[in-house]
Amino acid sequence: MLNFLEKNLPKIVLAPTTIVMVVCMYGFIVWTGLLSLTKSRMMPQWDFVGLDQYRRLFANPRWDVAVDNLFVFLILFIIIALVLGLFLAIFLDQKIRAEGAIRTIYLYPMAISFIVTGTAWKWILNPGLGIEKLMNDWGFVGFEFRWLVEQDMAIYTIVIAAVWQSSGFVMALFLAGLRGVDENLTKAAKIDGASTVQLYWHVVLPLMRPVFFSAIVILTHIAIKSFDLVQALTGGGPGYASDLPANFMYTFTFNRAQIGLGASSAMIMLFGVLAILIPYLYSELREKNHD
Amino acid sequence: MCGINIISMEKNMKNTISTLAATALLASTTSVSAGEVEVLHWWTSGGEAASVNYLKDKLSDAGVTWTDFAVAGGGGENAMTVLKSRAISGNPPTAAQIKGPSIQEWGELGFLADIDDVAKANDWDNLLPAVVSDVMKHNGKYVAAPVNVHRVNWMWSNPEVYASAGATIPTTWDDFMVQAKKLQAAGFVALAHGGQPWQDATVFEAVVLGVGGADYYNSAFVDLDMDALNSSTTLEVFETFGNLRQFVDANSPGRDWNVATSMVIEGKAGSQIMGDWAKGEFKVAGKSVGTDYVCTAAPGTSGAHTFNIDSFAFFAQSDASSTEAQNIMAAEILGTDFQTVFNLNKGSIPARLGVSRAEFDTCAHDSMDAFVSASASGSLVPSFAHGMAMSSAVGGAVTDTATNFFNSDQSAADGVAQLVASVKAAM
Repeated sequence: MLNFLEKNLPKIVLAPTTIVMVVCMYGFIVWTGLLSLTKSRMMPQWDFVGLDQYRRLFANPRWDVAVDNLFVFLILFIIIALVLGLFLAIFLDQKIRAEGAIRTIYLYPMAISFIVTGTAWKWILNPGLGIEKLMNDWGFVGFEFRWLVEQDMAIYTIVIAAVWQSSGFVMALFLAGLRGVDENLTKAAKIDGASTVQLYWHVVLPLMRPVFFSAIVILTHIAIKSFDLVQALTGGGPGYASDLPANFMYTFTFNRAQIGLGASSAMIMLFGVLAILIPYLYSELREKNHD
Repeated sequence: MCGINIISMEKNMKNTISTLAATALLASTTSVSAGEVEVLHWWTSGGEAASVNYLKDKLSDAGVTWTDFAVAGGGGENAMTVLKSRAISGNPPTAAQIKGPSIQEWGELGFLADIDDVAKANDWDNLLPAVVSDVMKHNGKYVAAPVNVHRVNWMWSNPEVYASAGATIPTTWDDFMVQAKKLQAAGFVALAHGGQPWQDATVFEAVVLGVGGADYYNSAFVDLDMDALNSSTTLEVFETFGNLRQFVDANSPGRDWNVATSMVIEGKAGSQIMGDWAKGEFKVAGKSVGTDYVCTAAPGTSGAHTFNIDSFAFFAQSDASSTEAQNIMAAEILGTDFQTVFNLNKGSIPARLGVSRAEFDTCAHDSMDAFVSASASGSLVPSFAHGMAMSSAVGGAVTDTATNFFNSDQSAADGVAQLVASVKAAM
């Protein structure tokens, strides 16, 4: 008996998690995939119509807006958060005073939920309540900052709020990476006469490659799943100008009784994530095999 | 032996209960325990909650206990998701607040109860106007009971604002543009509006009816006739709707409807286009109709009536006592007492005929008159902005088009093209 336990305990303990994972993750991915091939409206129905829902999805102007927004958001959010986070980390790494306090201040937004971030920025960016009113009240009468209520600009307000929330986290990642750099390397570079810029550009940053990868993967999935931020900050508006695919999926599946269409948009989102993750995993795993 | 006895006793009890319940149904006053109803509804605030409590009391007098269908997380979508899964698993609530074409969608799936017996016993066919009863029936049988009729094509105006700007309250859209310019020149916001998709659609709907008339409204937005949708009238509708952009203030996107109403109440804005639930806001602010605020039909729609009917749909029950309780509830909803109390609180008008008008105000009287005359003249139309005219898919597509158009500088011609394309895609 004891022998049996000794052999199988790990498997027994892991079994529930495995079952939950298989059913709730992969099982429902398959379920959603099947639904996306049916003409389901209010309830799941099993009349298969092939790729019809995908055709309708790509004919929907709102979906186009959502996908375009995702690209704008993804690219700007990742680049700005990475650059800001990296610079914050490098500056903090200069052995400055009160580093702990400053680090906490920059990291703190991460502790807030996107709903709170969204609501706070909604007030800050509202022309009648926030920055614009403040500047006008201070005497800058012509000052205008109304991205939040402009159809072309609303998506950028989401970038602002998301960057504010996440760049501190990126900073923490890089800071951990910078602390791991072997001091002998930097000393050697300094002896060879490298300036600080050269030191970071040629020696330190190349060593940060794994950190870049983890940061990009984490930021990408934060971006693809940001739903609550949009919901709180703009509600997808003005009109549907700041919709992201996750909001589209939710609206069509649950408000509009178009489960089939919603499922097809969910599948496209999944493919999007896989398109980014698979090359990344592939390159990571291949490197391990070389070792 | 003992077990058998208990079972047969239970059976007897059940029979007694159903007999009693049937009696209660007819007499409506007998106090006897006749089971319970579980109800999904969103009437949780202020006056609405009070009127639901009134229904609860009425039912408990008839021996029916009321349980709210509780869903954590507030929003309607959550509740709908839970409702769907409970219906699929064979455990639906007694009744749920479902309206318009959604009743047909649920009926199609076979979840709804046939309450034709109650309807026959209480003569619903004669109490309800045909437009209302058509919505409540699936395959010719009653499956739902209406609680009220909202008129959506109202314009709420502040007469003092108009007077101080030297303007008059407009009755056509052309005149609206002229008067709105005067309001703006005098420093007022001409149109108090909240830039949320459903509010954009509400104004769009008023423009459709005001510019195109009821026949056009019906063929384009109810029957979804492509020729009517892709016509010069639609172009004119979009031109007028586009003209309204300039009369809305910059802070409007995302604003809630009641905040927009308070702009009219506080004298910051001239008018708001909104359904009759806006009246509640004026009442709460202690304003009186005629002097502090005026209700007129939205420009170009006087005599027409865009209706939005709230209703309870009934789900098929597995046991007899629940069915009896359900029948009692259905009969009670159409009772004159409940219809009066509920609609006084909600600002709407009773869905049935034969309710005394005495307690209602002039706006409600207007709405009642328009309801009767419009139904005779064929200008009684279902509100598509409030899910009465189209399936939620097509309705959503129209709302998307309207809100996208109103919040951009899209040309009217592009608006028409997008409307036609997205309606086609959603059908």
